Amino acid sequence: MFEAIFLQFLNGLDKGSAYALIALGLTLVFGTLGVVNFAHGALFMLGAFCAVLFRQLMTMETITIDPTKLSPWGAPLEVRAPLVQAWFGDFGAVLVNYSVPFSIILTIPVMLLVGIAFERGIIKHFYKRPHAEQILVTFGLAIVAQEIIKSIFGPNPIPQPMPEAARGAADIGIWLGMQANVITYPIWRLVYFLFAGVIIGGVFAFLQFTTFGMVVRAGMADRETVGLLGINIDRRFTIMFGLASVVAGLAGVMYTPLLPPNYHMGMDFLVLSFVVVVVGGMGSLPGAVAAGFLLGILQSFASMTQVKAIVPGIDQVIIYLVAVIILLVRPRGLMGRRGVMEA
Amino acid sequence: MTMPNVVLHVADVHKRFGGLHALADIDLQVEEGQTHAIIGPNGAGKSTLLNVIIGKLAPSSGQVVFDGTVLTGRKPYQINQLGIARVFQTPEIFADLSVLHNVMIPALAKRDGAFKLNMLRSLEHEHAVREEAEHMLHDVGMHSAREDHAGSLSRGDKRRMELAMCLIQHPRLLLLDEPTAGMSRHDTNTTIELLKKIKSRGMTKVIIEHDMHVVFSLADKISVLAQGRIIADGTPDQVRGNPKVQEAYLGGTA
Amino acid sequence: MLAMPRKDLILFLGFAAAVLAMPIWLQPFGAAYPDLLNRFAIFAIFAVGFNILFGLTGYLSFGHAAFFGVGSYAAVWSFKLLSMDAVPALLFAVIISGLFALAIGFLSLRRSGIYFSILTLAFAQMSYNLAYSVFTPITNGETGLQLSLNDKRYLDRMFFEAGAGLPSPTLFGVTLSGYVAFYFCAFFLIATFFIAQRVTGSPFGMMLKGIKSNQTRMNYTGVNTRPYTLAAFVISGMYAGLAGALLAITDPLAGAERMQWTASGEVVLMTILGGAGTLVGPVIGAWLIKYFENIFSAINDGILSQFWGFLPEGAQHTAVLISSKFVGEGWFLTLGLVFVLIVVFLPGGVMEGVRRIASMIRPNKPTPASADSSATKPHPAE
Repeated sequence: MFEAIFLQFLNGLDKGSAYALIALGLTLVFGTLGVVNFAHGALFMLGAFCAVLFRQLMTMETITIDPTKLSPWGAPLEVRAPLVQAWFGDFGAVLVNYSVPFSIILTIPVMLLVGIAFERGIIKHFYKRPHAEQILVTFGLAIVAQEIIKSIFGPNPIPQPMPEAARGAADIGIWLGMQANVITYPIWRLVYFLFAGVIIGGVFAFLQFTTFGMVVRAGMADRETVGLLGINIDRRFTIMFGLASVVAGLAGVMYTPLLPPNYHMGMDFLVLSFVVVVVGGMGSLPGAVAAGFLLGILQSFASMTQVKAIVPGIDQVIIYLVAVIILLVRPRGLMGRRGVMEA
Repeated sequence: MTMPNVVLHVADVHKRFGGLHALADIDLQVEEGQTHAIIGPNGAGKSTLLNVIIGKLAPSSGQVVFDGTVLTGRKPYQINQLGIARVFQTPEIFADLSVLHNVMIPALAKRDGAFKLNMLRSLEHEHAVREEAEHMLHDVGMHSAREDHAGSLSRGDKRRMELAMCLIQHPRLLLLDEPTAGMSRHDTNTTIELLKKIKSRGMTKVIIEHDMHVVFSLADKISVLAQGRIIADGTPDQVRGNPKVQEAYLGGTA
Repeated sequence: MLAMPRKDLILFLGFAAAVLAMPIWLQPFGAAYPDLLNRFAIFAIFAVGFNILFGLTGYLSFGHAAFFGVGSYAAVWSFKLLSMDAVPALLFAVIISGLFALAIGFLSLRRSGIYFSILTLAFAQMSYNLAYSVFTPITNGETGLQLSLNDKRYLDRMFFEAGAGLPSPTLFGVTLSGYVAFYFCAFFLIATFFIAQRVTGSPFGMMLKGIKSNQTRMNYTGVNTRPYTLAAFVISGMYAGLAGALLAITDPLAGAERMQWTASGEVVLMTILGGAGTLVGPVIGAWLIKYFENIFSAINDGILSQFWGFLPEGAQHTAVLISSKFVGEGWFLTLGLVFVLIVVFLPGGVMEGVRRIASMIRPNKPTPASADSSATKPHPAE
């Protein structure tokens, strides 16, 4: 029994990591800029497609026709020569194998640019406008982003293979002194969890230990006062939005081996992430992270057959149910400060 | 022991915020038909007191009684329906609506109560309410602006309109929270004139104010609040002569 | 009691005439065929109802598709269990969706602002997920709920024998198809527009506008805002249910995808595009979106290369390639772009555009303040 529970706990971690990362970015934007960003899921999706694009670049081939040979069914033989391997040799093969983690190199600048373009182009005009309009404009942006992706990459999911070394499962049970094959866990999920931990730790360290971070945190607490100090808060907020985009994008990139990216994955995750943010407490970074993991794990437990036998369909609604209860009973969420958007 | 003509009785109210004693041992009796001013330096607890009276804050102990009914624990709309109207420090108005509609809404709320599902009746056919609203706007000198967008009014006009919104409900008690705060001298004077004019209607009023000019020209009775306590109570002349008040408050400003 | 101010009466008669004459004046636009006209009427009803909540009270619901879907399911169940007649189906759908809206509204309206939006979203997603999973016996899951030869139809069986093949929805024995179906839907559009007009112009409607404008003042004015917003929520939920039922009447099947949050987003788009808070705006928004959806989805590369035929070959190819991204499958991209532009530059939608143009032509006419307030207004209690 303990093993079963522990396994569900582990199964909740990867989804929880994704929720936590998306909710973290959402909260950074809400807490600093005061903007309710319905396009944040789209940023997660764009990140995932950075991985797709990178792999497509890495696996570009030249096709030449060798007239001297015929294929088994009699047509002239096509010779495919992978470009990357041709240029870099073995390193090229490594690039292809590890295309998902390597695509981070592409993701960071792309997402930074996308984020800054969003903020400078549209969102900065909405700081002073009502939340309802922020929701509307970012909702529109999300549609645009996902439709652009759909028109470029098509409507179907594009599976991304994980590096060969990360295929298969790790026997965690043995590490914990149990028998072999009691608790096994896919390696890539473990990688994703550790990756999420590094990113979350990085963001918190950045906010905690850099001057930039301190100003941003002060701005989150009281925007006007910081503005009065003569600090150019707007420029910092632009960078903040870029940073949040990068976090969302990275969450998307590394998630691709677990979920083949499709154009509407952002919307699917967005609704859940909003719920996560609300449960954690609007504007609370630790709350967002904690609620992300909590809900991921809860969802995992709710999908256990034993649980579903008692409450049918609970796995489908557990997250929303928790959100509804939290909102009605404790509107500021688990860790939200009093007075932030409370009504 | 409550006197028969006492309308509002704030009875032994204490309010603590954490360790801070914002209001201590407040006992206040407002008599029918009088204008009762509560003055005090900034941070004395004036706004806290007003919020306790209106039901926005719950007192830590004690209670507020209005005409035999305990107000403590009631919602703002219930308190209003008992006959208490409130003017805010920054005018709270319906900025998107016309001046006339701003004044018609409180009249409808007075007539129909807290909720009425009268959605098949036409507002255009509410002749009685409309006439009453126009009459009220005439009284406060804003009849010519009745079709204007309320959000585009000057601060003084917003205040006048807000007063009209309160007066049209014929409240038994009117609470005014710094009615001239942030106003130009001219707007302040017109507001004082207006308040003097409505004084003759015999309505009971509680004014929170720190502008001495306003207080002494309007109040029948003054309570002085300092550090969460009432340090003096009486007619304007009594208060003016009270050495404690001069030490705590008037000494510095008057 | 039902007397109307002259201005309102003119608007109503004009609207009714425009709706009834749609098969004529939409002819030159190539949109005058019953299938599309039905959708015009149905989605206009949906948007008019949504506007009673969002336009008047300012509460932005992101879950109204749930009521639309429930209306569809209820109507199809009425066809399966009771009768192929449209009247019981509509009654059943409106009552069920009204009760559903009452329950969800009662809980969601305990919060306002973005919390309200997220609560409605959460409830709608729950309904959607459940419709696909546990409620499969009621919703028939991914296949969608359809008529079948084994349906009981107790009410019909009391009067006549079952015919061969699947029956079609009827109204007192008349089959609802083609223009009959359209005029059936049009009747409901006109009726619901009339009700919306009455609600907007009533003291009740004035209270809703007051809630949108300043909820604090409303509370201190002695108004209990919650029953007002709940009434508006239930009314708009019933409108959605009616629209969903009408869609099921014109095409008797119901699927869970009608409840998805993108469907909720669509009605928000319609309302904003036309002009939230106005009476006619949501109708125009619904028509525009459904019209261009129809036109744009049908355009293919052949039509595009004809359109760009005047360009030299290379440029023509590029033009076709680029423009093809915005039509056909890419119609939602166009919709998203237009929507962003509307929210940024014209938050009052088409109706605000019309007003701006009108005031440019007649610059001295003051705009009455009580007229429709645009979506730029702050949300209540923020």
